[in-house]
Amino acid sequence: MSTVFSENLKAEVKNLSFFYNQVQALKHVNLPIAENRITALIGPSGCGKTTYLRCFNRMHDLYPGNRYEGEILLYPDQLNIVSSEVDPIEVRMRISMVFQKPNPFPKTVYENVAYGLRVRGERRKRLLDEKVEKALKQAALWDEVRDRIHDLAFNLSGGQQQRLCIARALATDPEILLFDEPTSALDPTATLKIEELIMQLKKDVTIIIVTHNMQQAARVSDYTAFMYLGEIIEFDKTEKIFTHPSKKLTEDYITGRFG
Amino acid sequence: MASDKNTQEIRRRISHNKFRDHLFWVIGLFSTLIGFVVLFTLIIDLFVDGFPRLSWSFLTSYPSRFPEKAGILSAWVGTTLVMIVTAAAAVPLGIAAGIYLEEYGKKNWLTHVIEINMNNLAGIPSIIYGLLALGLFVYFLKLGESILTGGLTLGLLILPMVVISTRESIKAIPNSIREASYALGATKWQTVKDHILPYSMGGILTGMIIGLSRAIGETAPIITVGALTFVAFLPSSPMTNTFPFLSFKWLFDPFTVMPIQMFNWVSRPQKEFHLNAAAAGIILLLMTLVMNALAIYLRYKFRKRIKW
Repeated sequence: MSTVFSENLKAEVKNLSFFYNQVQALKHVNLPIAENRITALIGPSGCGKTTYLRCFNRMHDLYPGNRYEGEILLYPDQLNIVSSEVDPIEVRMRISMVFQKPNPFPKTVYENVAYGLRVRGERRKRLLDEKVEKALKQAALWDEVRDRIHDLAFNLSGGQQQRLCIARALATDPEILLFDEPTSALDPTATLKIEELIMQLKKDVTIIIVTHNMQQAARVSDYTAFMYLGEIIEFDKTEKIFTHPSKKLTEDYITGRFG
Repeated sequence: MASDKNTQEIRRRISHNKFRDHLFWVIGLFSTLIGFVVLFTLIIDLFVDGFPRLSWSFLTSYPSRFPEKAGILSAWVGTTLVMIVTAAAAVPLGIAAGIYLEEYGKKNWLTHVIEINMNNLAGIPSIIYGLLALGLFVYFLKLGESILTGGLTLGLLILPMVVISTRESIKAIPNSIREASYALGATKWQTVKDHILPYSMGGILTGMIIGLSRAIGETAPIITVGALTFVAFLPSSPMTNTFPFLSFKWLFDPFTVMPIQMFNWVSRPQKEFHLNAAAAGIILLLMTLVMNALAIYLRYKFRKRIKW
């Protein structure tokens, strides 16, 4: 297991390039992902941060015309998750994702959280009950929904729906949890709750978060990577990126001169 | 004064505009009424003629030389059985094809051609399906002039409708739902069976029933494949007293259906038979209405919990 900033690594991106048909969206990017830490990807619209994030659970494989080059090694077993020999389903079983807009299934709260376990063939009622409750507690939603876990998920508020999606992603005990601008569709109060939640979750799981909101990255993350035009311009401790960035471009972006 | 004149001019303009406004109101109302009144009159006429003939014995008697003894037993049993075969043939095939085209098929020229032709198929005159079925089911597969042939023929006829409605309701499911399922590690089949199919069921069932409502009134293709016009017996029972207690012999029995029975009665010279046709028309209308009501109910039931 390698270390960077004397942290244990959960994953390491090595010379990764990604193509949509002929267009190269990611250009030879490298990134260490520290275990039980929050790594944020920031950058202006269209810089490739969401594309980058979606490489980690092979979401691109759902659509034709995609090609990966290079490696994302998942530790401790050093599995290259973007290798064509690795089944994307295996990757998604180990790495969960929370999307931009809350996207609960039109099922009950319970069934939403239990779905990942059902996919894995879990039938034991007791165990499902326990895991659903645990995941809802982890997502700070249990107290609000304990009396209506058999109600439809659509009856929850936007912020609650997003926390439900987090619970759904947590229920399968993922090794890494990916967040793709998880608060962009939410109001400030709901956003604050989700941010607090993300900070609490890092004790259980390694987190990578894409955010459009620099303050959010500064508030929640331990490490930040600044991306621009498909490249990682700078990667460092969050504190350092936001106080003493070493690149001019990073400084221009975080001080609001462009983006 | 100039402003006075100006005001008058504006008022004249407004009354002119309002006149046109009213004019279209009248034209619109009139057009609506024509459609409504004509249809309503037809239905009233059908009821006036046919209602007195409706009775239990009308439903439980075979056709007869004597109009007052004639009934529609063989016709409604025939229609019901043919519809069962039609649904059993078209629905699984149509849903599977729709799912394949939306979720599995790669978007290339072949699926594009299939897509265009699927829409054309839904518009082909039904007699063409009759001719195709005569060649395929009767002459080639030698299924006989049977309930099976009739049902499969109408199944072919409504297959494009089932495919189209399946695809439309699958298209209405947001991609974010698919991604949510795949992101949890689901396979394509798990995503289809747990999400795509249940969430599109309302639309699929509606399409199926609308297809069946069309099929129930079809006469031409059924005559083409050799349905009889005078049937004084019922198909063999699907249940038997000996093991395995189920029989599919009825599939190969000759049959008639409601519209053919009506056509037969209408084409006779005696006025009394025309009344029988009207009475059968009421029953056929009721069958269609019940199916449509079911379609509306199912759509409501399935859409109630889904908002997107």
